[in-house]
Amino acid sequence: MLHVAKLARLRLSEEEVERMAGELSGILDHVDRIAALDLDDVPPTSHVVELENVLRADEPRPSWPRDVVLAPAPDPDDGAFRVPSPQAEA
Amino acid sequence: MGDLLELSVAEAAAKVAAGEISSEELFGAWREAAAGDELNAYLWRAQEAEPGSGPLAGVPVAVKDIFCTEGVPTTAGSRILEGYAPPYTSTAVRRLAEAGANVLGKTNMDEFAMGSSNENSAYGPVLNPWDRERVPGGSSGGSAAAVAGGLAPCAIGTDTGGSIRQPAALCGIVGLKPTYGAISRYGMIAFASSLDQCGPLTRDVTDAALLLAALQGRDPCDSTSVGIEGGVQAPSREDLKGLCFAVPSELARDEIDAGVREVFEATLARIEELGGEIAEAPLPHAEHGISAYYVIAPAEASSNLARYDGVRYGLREEGAGDLVEMYESTRVAGFGAEVKRRIMLGTYALSSGYYDAYYGRAQRVRTKIAADFDAAFADFDFVVTPTSPSVAFRLGEKTADPLAMYMNDFFTVPMSLAGIPAISIPAGLAEPEGGGPRLPVGFQIAAPAFAEQPLLEAAYALEQAIGFEARPGGGGDG
Repeated sequence: MLHVAKLARLRLSEEEVERMAGELSGILDHVDRIAALDLDDVPPTSHVVELENVLRADEPRPSWPRDVVLAPAPDPDDGAFRVPSPQAEA
Repeated sequence: MGDLLELSVAEAAAKVAAGEISSEELFGAWREAAAGDELNAYLWRAQEAEPGSGPLAGVPVAVKDIFCTEGVPTTAGSRILEGYAPPYTSTAVRRLAEAGANVLGKTNMDEFAMGSSNENSAYGPVLNPWDRERVPGGSSGGSAAAVAGGLAPCAIGTDTGGSIRQPAALCGIVGLKPTYGAISRYGMIAFASSLDQCGPLTRDVTDAALLLAALQGRDPCDSTSVGIEGGVQAPSREDLKGLCFAVPSELARDEIDAGVREVFEATLARIEELGGEIAEAPLPHAEHGISAYYVIAPAEASSNLARYDGVRYGLREEGAGDLVEMYESTRVAGFGAEVKRRIMLGTYALSSGYYDAYYGRAQRVRTKIAADFDAAFADFDFVVTPTSPSVAFRLGEKTADPLAMYMNDFFTVPMSLAGIPAISIPAGLAEPEGGGPRLPVGFQIAAPAFAEQPLLEAAYALEQAIGFEARPGGGGDG
């Protein structure tokens, strides 16, 4: 659970971890019914519409102005997204 | 004013086109109605309309809060997007505007469209207009409640595993999930990209056709959108002669409430009266739809929702430490319990060592389910089921048991996995298990990919024969 939470970037509380462990195992028990099916020669379906290489004309067009893109950001600064340092300063 | 609210979308649009009423009058009447929202159906309401022209001129549309609309709050029912106003408009909303329609408001929904009861909204649950102690269904619950409750003439929603059809059924209105690829997903906040599809929620089948006609089409901004060849016309079929409707052979042993089964059987009899034929078709893998869906959809969601990291938009929780701590603090504060559950489920299903057992197998089951439908459609025109195994359930009844909640999607998930179109129309009323006033029951009709026109024609003929006229809070009976 903690490993998966780390992969998902979720800092779950102990209480959440405990409750979710029970819930997820109940769901996975149900999902495990498909383990009994014979699927060896069945190709997987990732997508239902059969499309290949949908291309559009490679024409330059104006992109959004920087201030429009930065407007919804929690901490825009000097034309960029400001974030905490990747290395903890402690 | 009151009379304007009684008009269907088709009737209102015709009156606007004929100059009998103005689009301002029409919008004004609905804005007033929407202002009386006691169901928590709306998260935002428009104050004015842009004058437009086209087949939907002057028609107000309630829009699920999952569609980006420029400058208008768009939250997807999540705390993590509180206050977010996107810099662009989704293709679906843009197409409605190009047809002359106006956004009436943004409707409440389960957070990121994950839920079947609307109880997963960060902004509180939506109440069912038929019984305010019951859920409207989900995830497009706000859209369904708004239309059923007389707060909007029509709405759009999204359906990933039943999120248009199930709330439409529980609220006694029409809900259509088109073929995957019929309508552009551009600007529609992603939940499970291989399943998500926009569609209309309306008071009748004709209005659903009218909205679909405006919404469908290829969009260069969504490479998976292909549109519906030949477009969509208003349905006019009066009988079902020469058409064959298949009931899944497995339906007899499926868990369905007695009242729902009764309405379903009566509707089958109605189809026969209209000259249609009823047959049985095996869909042996449909029962594994829930298993496959609750691997595939969370897997795709875990990837799609990785973008909510507190950097570019939405909520940020700083935490005391480094960048990763900011990500983790933001996500744990911004996401609700169901979203966290599905991200965990999806991350697990995609993680090293489990990918083949879960994600890989689920995708193979998806192939089998689609093949079952292909086989059925080789012999029959449509597949029919109840839309939901029960009528609207009580608020809080299923929140403690995620799997019980997921089972609501039992009859809608297989069509989503196969990518085929399906419509739910109100077929009658049934008493809930445990007693109480009677509530709407939905009848689901599924068709082959891109057979929207024949599907709408059949649904229209059946709708006319059923003559469902019951309204929340009393009124006629269907």
